[in-house]
Amino acid sequence: MLNLLLSRLATAIPSILGVVIVTFMLTRLLPGDPAAYFAGLAASPQAIAEIRTKLGLDKSLPEQFVGYVGDLLHGNLGNSLSTGQPVVTEIATRLPASAELTLFALILAVAIAIPLGVLAAVKQGTWIDHTCRIVTTAGVSLPVFFTGLLFAYVFYYLLQWAPAPTGRLDVFLSPPTHITGFYLIDSALTGNLETFWGALRQLALPGISMAIFSLAPLARMTRGSMLAVLGSDFIRTARASGLSPRTVIFTYAFRNAVLPVITTLGMVFSFLLGANVLIETVFAWPGIGLYAVNALITSDYAPVQGFVLTMAVLYVALNLTIDFLYGLVDPRVRLDS
Amino acid sequence: MSAVPALAVEDLSVEFRTRSGVVKVLEHVGFSVDKGETVALVGESGSGKSVTAFAVMGILDAAGKVTSGRAMFGGADLLALNEHDLAEQRGRELSMIFQNPRTALNPIRRVGRQIADVLVRHGGATRNDAPRAAIEMLKKVRIPDPERRAEAYPFELSGGMCQRIMIAIALACRPALLIADEPTTGLDVTTQAVIMDLIGELAGEAGMATIFITHDLALAAEYCDRIVVMHAGHIVEAAPARELFAHPRHPYSAKLLAATPGETVSLADMASIPGGLPDLRRTDLPACRYSGRCERRLDECTQPLPQRTMGERHVVACWNPL
Repeated sequence: MLNLLLSRLATAIPSILGVVIVTFMLTRLLPGDPAAYFAGLAASPQAIAEIRTKLGLDKSLPEQFVGYVGDLLHGNLGNSLSTGQPVVTEIATRLPASAELTLFALILAVAIAIPLGVLAAVKQGTWIDHTCRIVTTAGVSLPVFFTGLLFAYVFYYLLQWAPAPTGRLDVFLSPPTHITGFYLIDSALTGNLETFWGALRQLALPGISMAIFSLAPLARMTRGSMLAVLGSDFIRTARASGLSPRTVIFTYAFRNAVLPVITTLGMVFSFLLGANVLIETVFAWPGIGLYAVNALITSDYAPVQGFVLTMAVLYVALNLTIDFLYGLVDPRVRLDS
Repeated sequence: MSAVPALAVEDLSVEFRTRSGVVKVLEHVGFSVDKGETVALVGESGSGKSVTAFAVMGILDAAGKVTSGRAMFGGADLLALNEHDLAEQRGRELSMIFQNPRTALNPIRRVGRQIADVLVRHGGATRNDAPRAAIEMLKKVRIPDPERRAEAYPFELSGGMCQRIMIAIALACRPALLIADEPTTGLDVTTQAVIMDLIGELAGEAGMATIFITHDLALAAEYCDRIVVMHAGHIVEAAPARELFAHPRHPYSAKLLAATPGETVSLADMASIPGGLPDLRRTDLPACRYSGRCERRLDECTQPLPQRTMGERHVVACWNPL
């Protein structure tokens, strides 16, 4: 098991290296001159050149790259041009917001999709199977920003059930003491129920929008995988041995069916990281997605590079987790290491 | 041998609903197995041997439906029991072994646990004792180094080993009836003999009734007391094994014997049976489903089939037996 983890970890290093190169090249090759942008519309060519020198943009690409990698090794992702803050601190303060939103959506989606998929497979052809089909079809056909906008319109503007889509917490509430950076967890730990409730209310609409989006592939995969396993020989053996339906469905069928669901979970998680960018824009969520969008619009290299790098590391960590889960569930995987 | 039937199947009919119509897979199937007796169900692929077993066990696919019949077992009609009561019986009173032992075992559960699951379910052992009881069962099916093998996963064991595990699962609760559905298909010949001997021996010890499903007549003759020949969902002949080999009465049994290699038959003399099984979706199936392939067909063959008694426990469903 440990060997498996280490070998996967080793294969992750080249991907991280690749990402470093690509992020560097991508931002340099994209059209748009940050020096010109910062000098302002009325700046003289001389002023632009000065700013360029100050930012180190006049050096050759290899020189810039060496500097970039050197900074990376010191944990320095550079400073944002627009705010002047170090990118590392900005990302560190914003990442929990995105992580809380994504994990909330993912947990919600899993909590609904897996029981729904299992039930749909066990009771194939009944109303619950049809419900599953309708939910999954609706989930895949509604883009996440559309669901987000629709929810904000209906639940905030029309019904006024939800608070204004303006970030993680109402302006009148102060954020909880920083422990994990997750408002829900921090406020629960400090026993601050008012803040917990406020944070949950803010989280509900963007969280549910993303959950609906990720629910569909999960439920569909759970159903399909369960159906395949329920039709297999060893389930027949289990039934022929008189094992109770609960044992047959959960201990025998579900544990075998969960493998492709874990794979899908990994994919859904990466979709969600991408969907974050949209949903954070819609709900003014102070996460790294919104940060990256703003940086991209202003041709601010460093935050964009930092964002892409953070995402890449998250993906790699995610895939490691998936591999680890796979090894836990399926003894045949452990042998491959 | 006592003549108390452990299982008596009467008038069993099964239909499968498919997209292309209703398939009459079994029609008026009836046979019995006595306590301590081994009966073979033989016939070519698709003749309904496995479906008969699945119907008795109550594990037919959702598309399959029992349309008539009874299966008397221990004073109760298995076909009339609800799923809950039947599940209580399965694995405890009647068990089944399948072909392809590798796929018939849960691939991601330790084999010892799989045996223990059955023991715990039927009260054969408490949750704490179950691992030890499972190792006892492994010893009984002569798996070397049972303590270590109990911790193995099916993919770590050979096909023959997996089949021993299957036997251990099936016999864990000392059932009164064992159905072995082609238990040696896919195993090599030496393993085949070992597995058959093991089943025979354990069944003999416990006085268990055994139904042995196979398409291998030679194997059936070697290990079984009686043979029931099936063709296209009908039972065409039932006779003591020796009797059937000496005097097959149904034309199909005779052809089947001629197609079986043995000491006296050389490969060159072996004949395949012309034609194939009729399409069971047809609504105008003839009374005798073999008549389309039969050389001894008469005009009477369109009439409902007779059940002719040809000797002691020797019955044939044919208008023109040999």
